[in-house]
Amino acid sequence: MSAEVLIPIAIFAPLVGMVLILLSGDERPNQRDAMMVLTSVVTFAAVAGIVPEVEAGGRPRVELLEIVPGLPIAFEVEPLGMLFGLIASFLWIITSFYGIGYMRGHHEKNQTRFFACFAVAISAALGVAFSANMFTLFVAYEVLTLSTYPLVAHHQDHEAQRGGRIYLGILLTTSICLLLIAIVWTWVAAGTLDFTPGGILAGRVQGPELAILFFLYMYGIGKAALMPIHSWLPAAMVAPTPVSALLHAVAVVKAGVFTVLKVVIYIFGLEHLVDTGVSQWFVYVAGFTVIAASCIALTKDNLKARLAYSTVSQLSYIVLGAAIATPFAILGSAMHIAMHAFGKITLFFCAGAIMVATHKTKISQLNGLGRRMPFTFFAFFLGALCVIGAPPLGGIWSKWHLLMGAYDAGQIIAVGVLLLSTVLNIAYLLPPVVRAFLLPPKAEPDHGDGSEAGHGGGHGEGHNDAPGDHGSDDHRGDDGGRGIREAPALCVVPLTLTAIGCLILFFLAEPLFGLLEGISELGAIRQ
Amino acid sequence: MISEHLPVLQVVVPLIAAPICILLRRDDTAWGLATLATWISFIIAGSMFVEVQSAGALSYALGSWPAPWGIQYLVDPLNAFVLLVVSGVSAVVMLFARDSILDELGRERENLFYCAYLLVFAGLLGVTITHDAFNLFVFLEISSLATYVLIAAGRDRRALVASFQYLIIGTIGATFIVLGVGFLYAMTGTLNMADLADRVRAYDTNPAIIVAYAFLVIGATIKLALFPLHLWLPNAYTFAPSMVSAFLAATATKVGFYVLMRFVFTVFGPEFSFDTLSVGLPLAILAIVGIFATSIVAIFQNDVKRMLAYSSVAQIGYMVLGMSLATTTGVAAGLIHLFNHSLIKAALFCSVGCIVYRLGSSHINSFAGAGRRMPWTMAAFCAGGVSLIGLPMTAGFISKWYIILALLERGWWPIAVLLVVSSILAVIYIWRAVEPAYFREPPADAGPVSEAPLVLLTATWILVFANIWFGIETSLNVGGAFAAAESLLSGYAP
Repeated sequence: MSAEVLIPIAIFAPLVGMVLILLSGDERPNQRDAMMVLTSVVTFAAVAGIVPEVEAGGRPRVELLEIVPGLPIAFEVEPLGMLFGLIASFLWIITSFYGIGYMRGHHEKNQTRFFACFAVAISAALGVAFSANMFTLFVAYEVLTLSTYPLVAHHQDHEAQRGGRIYLGILLTTSICLLLIAIVWTWVAAGTLDFTPGGILAGRVQGPELAILFFLYMYGIGKAALMPIHSWLPAAMVAPTPVSALLHAVAVVKAGVFTVLKVVIYIFGLEHLVDTGVSQWFVYVAGFTVIAASCIALTKDNLKARLAYSTVSQLSYIVLGAAIATPFAILGSAMHIAMHAFGKITLFFCAGAIMVATHKTKISQLNGLGRRMPFTFFAFFLGALCVIGAPPLGGIWSKWHLLMGAYDAGQIIAVGVLLLSTVLNIAYLLPPVVRAFLLPPKAEPDHGDGSEAGHGGGHGEGHNDAPGDHGSDDHRGDDGGRGIREAPALCVVPLTLTAIGCLILFFLAEPLFGLLEGISELGAIRQ
Repeated sequence: MISEHLPVLQVVVPLIAAPICILLRRDDTAWGLATLATWISFIIAGSMFVEVQSAGALSYALGSWPAPWGIQYLVDPLNAFVLLVVSGVSAVVMLFARDSILDELGRERENLFYCAYLLVFAGLLGVTITHDAFNLFVFLEISSLATYVLIAAGRDRRALVASFQYLIIGTIGATFIVLGVGFLYAMTGTLNMADLADRVRAYDTNPAIIVAYAFLVIGATIKLALFPLHLWLPNAYTFAPSMVSAFLAATATKVGFYVLMRFVFTVFGPEFSFDTLSVGLPLAILAIVGIFATSIVAIFQNDVKRMLAYSSVAQIGYMVLGMSLATTTGVAAGLIHLFNHSLIKAALFCSVGCIVYRLGSSHINSFAGAGRRMPWTMAAFCAGGVSLIGLPMTAGFISKWYIILALLERGWWPIAVLLVVSSILAVIYIWRAVEPAYFREPPADAGPVSEAPLVLLTATWILVFANIWFGIETSLNVGGAFAAAESLLSGYAP
């Protein structure tokens, strides 16, 4: 099928899936869940089917309808959107299985509504990924906000109400008050909102006005969670864990930073930004967010809260790269969308699996759990290393390019931020693993190896140690007599898969780079 | 043959149906006739709208007395658009009326109610279609007097006070309008609007003309409830029967807005209004202050109908703000919001009507647990709320888009910022009603409550669907509004 057919299929398949899920209802849970899995596979297949054409340099475009004259709802797939769409739809398949295991294992209510909203959210995320103009993107962005609200407030208790208020309050306020104004302003000034290579603002908006417009965009995209508008993300952690995993580590937050990248590349234009220097401020804002959020993460004992602040910090890596706006940094940012997605979803899957198996949510309660849940904690370890940016996991590539980009651009502060935050990453991501495997039973040297690999900042040796650890852990768990009492297989298998994905991304990063170099401004920089 | 009489039939059909209603005392017959008359009016308005778009304005000389001596009905892009909105929303609301009115009024007064309703409806259509300034006043009084009856029909005894309050203020407004018309007649000796427009130009800044202008504008702003002349509206909407709230919110203030535009643009002309008298700025200031003041008041209301009433006043501010820009985009934005807000408020008042039907009250506390007990009703309320807030894929977004666009085109960006901030206030007050529905348990002593009857839900959901439809396929509302705005401004640029 041609890409022009596959794009609408990819975007509307989840909506059809939503209808099927609703029709099946709570009375037929197996049929409902089968529908969801089927939909997710179809969606991913459609997205994957678009890849060859985009890789070959094509920009398949579909125009659906014209809401406002001159402003159609239109989709056009370019490499960055292709990457985001692939990640979101692929991880949806895995999350579907995980979600089934988690929701049933945790005896959650209203599962039908949950899965239906989930499908809408995926559709909206793909809409963001494939949008051809800022108008379409805004529409999909708002649909994403609204469709995730019932997921965040899923438990319908006091805490969920509070979390939902913060979530909706911040995301709607920023998008309506700042982003919408920025979009209309761009429309009035440039006469177009199409994502155009090289940007559409050069020569049309100048000086302080350009700086204001940039500010409106950066803070209007609340999903990118720059400080001080980040607090919706920790608040969203009241949601069931599959939501935190796919939406608040991948789809929603990545939709935010993806929008930032799109705006920087296709609305402002990299050259225009570097020439005018209006984005320099946001190097500092993003740098501050990276460090401050990491420090807050250190203080959190609740595992999901810690991961949430870690996400805030990692998102700002991407904004940092966008604000530096050199091709190298942009490439690093784009790669980080993929790498962080796999790393963070693994971590959240693990947090959820721990909750399902033991009902424990705090890091201080994890002591010794590694024996009971070796797969989960080893996957957590791999996910943590990926986020830290240690080889042999995918995270190294994005961090490397961000560092190089910052260095090339002479942004020494940014280089310092990235290095310091790596140390902080280690400090807040490894303790859960350490507690699980090393406390209280007996200290084994394997922790030392893992932690060294992290500190090493990514040189060859950690690579060989990690698989070794895995084997010995499993073995010990079996021999320990207490036996392995993991979460249901539907929870454990997905998190194992995403952890393996982190590994694979290290070795198979090249195709992703190849894809991203299709963005004209990023082409040929690595040769 | 009959098609050339459509302009007069538009008014005559409901006007004749009204007294017949009194004679119909069998079950539902009065409702049936009223609904039939409303739908016929809707079809007439629709066919005239189509004809005006293709063939230009339709003129009808009442009793074959030629204008400017006789009363002329003139259907141009502006009032064809307003007629369509008024009759269309009324037609859907009438589907809602039967069960709701039966529940709130009972059988014995039903026929009288529908008679009053038809008089209001005929009056509003008459105000909109006539091209004669005095005839406009007559129809305005017909609709106003009948409106007082509709409001007084509310179950709560405070409805009488609300109705009386509206009677006093509404009469002042109508008096202002008749005084304004009187001044104009004294100066020019004509009542036909086109004729007036020609002759008024000759007087330039004659004080009598300015006094007439002031009387007419203030009279119209009372009718459309522009802040600070809105005080009659919250009580009237709160205590009126649910169907009446939905009907009035969607039609009465809209026709008031039409009257304002008709005098400001057609009779006096944009040059006189915006250059000579520069009413644009004061209107914009009143609109903005009104938007904020009444939105904030809405946040503190515990009765959802009253909250929506205050929200209506705020939304009227958006329309007036668009008009006060005096650009094609601005005037069109005002008209687009007139169209969209009718749909939004009708959907919201109807869903609250469903709640009242089942739970007996529109107090926020009675919303507790409604999300589980009446899922379809609450889903409709949420959808209407989202449209009111103005999120994409809903009609409300289209309104907001064009208003912001119009403001930025004229460089009024601080007001654009205020405008978007004000829509956050809408998020707050809508969520005050949504949260108890989903996050609170129903009161322990509450009996079993089922979903609202299918008829009520159908009417509500037609309106919700219209909100979504006109947020995606905008050629009718945006196209119609731009055609009207261009015909009003015809070459004028501020």
